[in-house]
Amino acid sequence: MATVTFDQATRIYPGGDRPAVDKLNIDIADGEFLVLVGPSGCGKSTSLRMLAGLEDVNDGAIRIGDRDVTHLPPKDRDIAMVFQNYALYPHMTVADNMGFALKIAGVNKAEIRQRVEEAAKILDLTEYLSRKPKALSGGQRQRVAMGRAIVREPQVFLMDEPLSNLDAKLRVQTRTQIASLQRRLGTTTVYVTHDQVEAMTMGDRVAVLKDGLLQQVDSPRNMYDRPANLFVAGFIGSPAMNLVEVPITDGGVTFGNSVVPVNREALKAASDSGDKTVTVGVRPEHFEIADGEAKSVSKDAPAGVAVTVNVVEELGADGYVYGSAEVAGSQVDIVVRVGGRSVPLKGDVLHVVPRGGETHVFSTSTGERLSD
Amino acid sequence: MSNTVTAGDRPGRTSRSGRGGVPSASGIALRQARRRKKLEWIAVHSVGLAIAVAFLLPFVFLFLTSVMSDSQALTSTLWPQHWVWSNYTAVFRVHGFGTWWRNTIEYAVLGTVLTVVSSVPVAYALAKFRFPGRRLAMMLVISMMMLPPQVIIIPMYLFWAKQLHLDGTLWPLIIPMAFGDAFSIFLLRQFLLTIPKEYLDAARVDGCGEVRTLLRVVLPMARPAISAVALFQFFYCWNDYFGPQIYSSDNPAAWTLSYGLQSFHGAHQTNWNLTMAATLLVMAPVIVVFFFAQKAFIEGVTLTGVKG
Repeated sequence: MATVTFDQATRIYPGGDRPAVDKLNIDIADGEFLVLVGPSGCGKSTSLRMLAGLEDVNDGAIRIGDRDVTHLPPKDRDIAMVFQNYALYPHMTVADNMGFALKIAGVNKAEIRQRVEEAAKILDLTEYLSRKPKALSGGQRQRVAMGRAIVREPQVFLMDEPLSNLDAKLRVQTRTQIASLQRRLGTTTVYVTHDQVEAMTMGDRVAVLKDGLLQQVDSPRNMYDRPANLFVAGFIGSPAMNLVEVPITDGGVTFGNSVVPVNREALKAASDSGDKTVTVGVRPEHFEIADGEAKSVSKDAPAGVAVTVNVVEELGADGYVYGSAEVAGSQVDIVVRVGGRSVPLKGDVLHVVPRGGETHVFSTSTGERLSD
Repeated sequence: MSNTVTAGDRPGRTSRSGRGGVPSASGIALRQARRRKKLEWIAVHSVGLAIAVAFLLPFVFLFLTSVMSDSQALTSTLWPQHWVWSNYTAVFRVHGFGTWWRNTIEYAVLGTVLTVVSSVPVAYALAKFRFPGRRLAMMLVISMMMLPPQVIIIPMYLFWAKQLHLDGTLWPLIIPMAFGDAFSIFLLRQFLLTIPKEYLDAARVDGCGEVRTLLRVVLPMARPAISAVALFQFFYCWNDYFGPQIYSSDNPAAWTLSYGLQSFHGAHQTNWNLTMAATLLVMAPVIVVFFFAQKAFIEGVTLTGVKG
């Protein structure tokens, strides 16, 4: 068990001018499940490989517990890693695969066997121990890869997109299994994924990266409720948050025929920096269909924004309406969640109002969050 | 074959009777396609058989001559009048034949082992490590492959014979194999390139250093390529005529089988039946090895482009 610290850790690939990971600072608590998430090329895998010792650290430091491991080879770091393609040695049986690291470390045979059998029991692999990886299904291979990591009882688990080679159903199942296994073992875990649903459902905390820069580290709930900037707002949540650029008015910002209240100081800061507009973010589930009682800024028109329905996705319990609307003189795409029993038809016009307290306001020029 | 065709015909027949005996368009197309396939099969196999016969005929001739009596060997009768199996034992009574066997096995086995041991690490480094001069090293390997051995034979001979005085032995042929072989390095490297980097990463995380990664993880995965290289090298050494001729032609005690065979071909008289029997004996190990190892052989050559 140990904490993990990225201290200004930087990686510049030979021949590259821009760092792949730029001054990364994260403190991971003992026993925490931290998920690194971001689009491809954001540096999340590189960060993980730096922690594993498979990638040089050009600047800054990485610590596991109190030990500075920045320049230690992987074998001296007391870590175990699960790879995206599992990297199970094809010429070894499942048991040999799982016990390989212990064998290299010189652990005696009886203990290796005992630990492998224990891990196999946890992962439901006992009957496959004498098989070769070739004779296993994708899900079983994935579990062997997990088993290979847990028999070592390392200080830190590193997982590099371990679920992306599974089919959708198995992925959801395995997701829960990994999360509960981690809670049970209590081992500090760093998990890389590009899937924000995985990130939100598995992590104690989530770190969002983009272009090698850390955007935000927070609990999934806070990440969802208070994204720190436009990128996080657009990345976390599915379907993505509606982000619309609107002009600044007195006491707030106009969103169609409604006023979204915004912290006065934040607005002042925005207009002081020369911005005439801010970007308002509303999640699809935070729109309400206006029923005529909502407060409108114009007497002739109903409150909110008129959204013309283009496509409706019915998911059973609810539905997502993909439509277009005119906001502040330009055409924007809007996604609205509606109840599963009251789905509009294509071509209908919906008047939607953002629910009070559920709007996010960002500076258009810097992308930073302005609202509380 | 005929069974398959009959069984395959059945669905076509059912569909015809289902439509009141009128063959449907798709039924006709199906039958035409099947007939075309059958004709193709016949064409491909006839050509294959013809080629096989063309290649086999010399062997048949070789074998038949090897069991003829000395007086019959040069006549126009192709079938042996008496089957003289004793030709095969007579060959072993030829002075030196046993020694040549031993020399050949020594040359082929040592050469093969040394080539594999010396080429694998080089190929691994060229495939998986990034270091300055890597491209240049690769270019050197490729240019060595393009260089015909005859071009450097004079300086090589002078070096081995005049500097090291190793002429009259097979060592000038064996020792260089401890320093890598360009073709083997190239073939192994191409194969190692197809091994995903994650396996090496996994081995490193599991606690292996570079040498252990190579021995415990990479080598077992590269077995098809290594077998292919070993086979190529074994056959090369076994069949080598040029090398022994250059370095050991003066010393019959250091001849190999392929070079020794020429001694059957005398200046005044040639015992063709014995020559043929000896030739068959020399070829036998190669044929046996190839028969058992052809899968590995073909795999190694094709695998370099195929992912597992």
